[in-house]
Amino acid sequence: MANTTDILSATAPRRVVLGVQETSDFDAPDLPSEPMPLNMGPSHPAMHGTVRMVLEVEGEKITSADVQIGYLHRCFEKEAECATYTQIFPYTDRLNYVSPMLNNVGYAIAVEKLLGIEKQVPERAQFIRVIVGEIARISDHLTCLGAGAMELGAFTPFLYNVKFREWLWELLEEVSGARLTHSYVRVGGVSGDLPDGWMDRLRDVLERGRGVLSEVDKLLTRNRIFRDRMDGIGIISKEDVGAWGLSGPVARSAGVAYDVRKDHPYLVYDRFDFDVPIGSVGDNFDRFAVRVEEMHQSMRIIEQAMDMIPAGPIIINDPRIALPPKTETYNSIEAMIGHFKLIMDGIHVPAGEVYSFTEGGCGELGFYIVSDGTGRPWKCRVRPPSFANTAIMTKLLPGLFIADVVPTFGMINMIGGECDR
Amino acid sequence: MAQIVLDRLKEHFKAGEILETGSQHGNEWVRVQRDSWQAVAQFLRDDAVTAMDMFTDLTAVDRFVREPRFDVVLHLYSLTRKHRVRLYAGVPEHDCIVDTLCAVWPGANWFEREAYDLYGVRFRGHPDLRRILMYPEFVGHPLRKDYPKEKRQPLVRRLPGQVD
Repeated sequence: MANTTDILSATAPRRVVLGVQETSDFDAPDLPSEPMPLNMGPSHPAMHGTVRMVLEVEGEKITSADVQIGYLHRCFEKEAECATYTQIFPYTDRLNYVSPMLNNVGYAIAVEKLLGIEKQVPERAQFIRVIVGEIARISDHLTCLGAGAMELGAFTPFLYNVKFREWLWELLEEVSGARLTHSYVRVGGVSGDLPDGWMDRLRDVLERGRGVLSEVDKLLTRNRIFRDRMDGIGIISKEDVGAWGLSGPVARSAGVAYDVRKDHPYLVYDRFDFDVPIGSVGDNFDRFAVRVEEMHQSMRIIEQAMDMIPAGPIIINDPRIALPPKTETYNSIEAMIGHFKLIMDGIHVPAGEVYSFTEGGCGELGFYIVSDGTGRPWKCRVRPPSFANTAIMTKLLPGLFIADVVPTFGMINMIGGECDR
Repeated sequence: MAQIVLDRLKEHFKAGEILETGSQHGNEWVRVQRDSWQAVAQFLRDDAVTAMDMFTDLTAVDRFVREPRFDVVLHLYSLTRKHRVRLYAGVPEHDCIVDTLCAVWPGANWFEREAYDLYGVRFRGHPDLRRILMYPEFVGHPLRKDYPKEKRQPLVRRLPGQVD
């Protein structure tokens, strides 16, 4: 296995070939350069999502950038206000659609906090949430890095990554029945237990996945073309992280070791031994390397969780929150009524407000829920990490070249579903 | 967890800027007077005890029928001290405006645009208060409770020569 940590800790100065350390060197004074508006997107083959950028360029250099989002707006909050707490799970799947499990988990934890049953969720369910969540995180990073490399012309790593992602999604499909939009987690637990032999298959997939990662590592990490377009471009400083509310790999690449799993452990994350990789420069390559290392750390977490997972129930035993088992629903009137009430009225959540945050694929995924005591939330707000991460593009782009937009935007990893909701 | 932040605020602001404080589900919250919204935010960022260096989230809540109708809700986090706080500022419907926080945290820019877009709360001094999720021709503010979910709006074609 090739080691990515030595690249992360490398202190050697970065060589900038096509980068922008000194943009004035590239100015050609004899050419007339007048500002020209340039429209990129909303649908652009090299664009990492549906977004429109109105750039003002002088020659190849960007002088100002207006990033316009909203093309994937699906009224998540408005729909959530009219749905029961359980009906919102499918909507959360479609937020960050490459790691739906993490959204499911984040939302479930928020509702559980409002209900005050956070500590009563069965331990097995918490371990299952960690395992499926970390699988989702790996698939999120795989997509980001694969697509990022593809946009720079490296198609093979994309295919390799998607192959690995497909193995992971097959496993999640086995668990939840759906390949992409799982809706697997429920308030108070998860909807079904892990199938027989699933963990052995997961171990096997992780083993093969490490091989894929090392292949991709060989193709990209020391690739001259790739490095030339990544190194020293789109540098984010430590100060920017707080001021712009950045989180996740983008914040960590800038050297801020903020990871919700470490700083404010939820579920059973405090029992695992894992590292939080941070970058030293804050450029595109750091964001790439941090994500690669995070995938290895996620695999470590999954393996520890598989060794530690206890037997037991997978959902809380409370008829006001969890549906009764099907055998009871069909054979007793109490369970039948309970089932009916839960489906029609929803889970009655006491009035209150909560801001609950977890580590999503792109960063701090927050749910701010205002409950008025009925079965439907008064307000269900998502704090989308991509939204804040994309906002800094307006600051990063001026001064870069047009060609730098693609890798910078790819490594910021804007997920339209989450950014536009 | 963040009781220290509330205490510090009450200690520093004594002229009625802090209306109410509380704690629920592990979240500490402060209701501040609308006129001192920016001053309190600035203090929270700069004070060595609170050190709220990370802007996390800004949104609004429509408390329909209650007065003031809207609450602007701000979530802050301190990367160094690892504590959080939530701030509310009540905004009445007839005077739907509050000071911008763009000067305190530049990241507030897009979040305030979103609150303006979806709730119609305006931000005084915001450099670029445009719609962000809806299209420019959209009429109304869809997350207000009196905006029906079923309402449809045709996408208005842009006039030739019109710029956005």
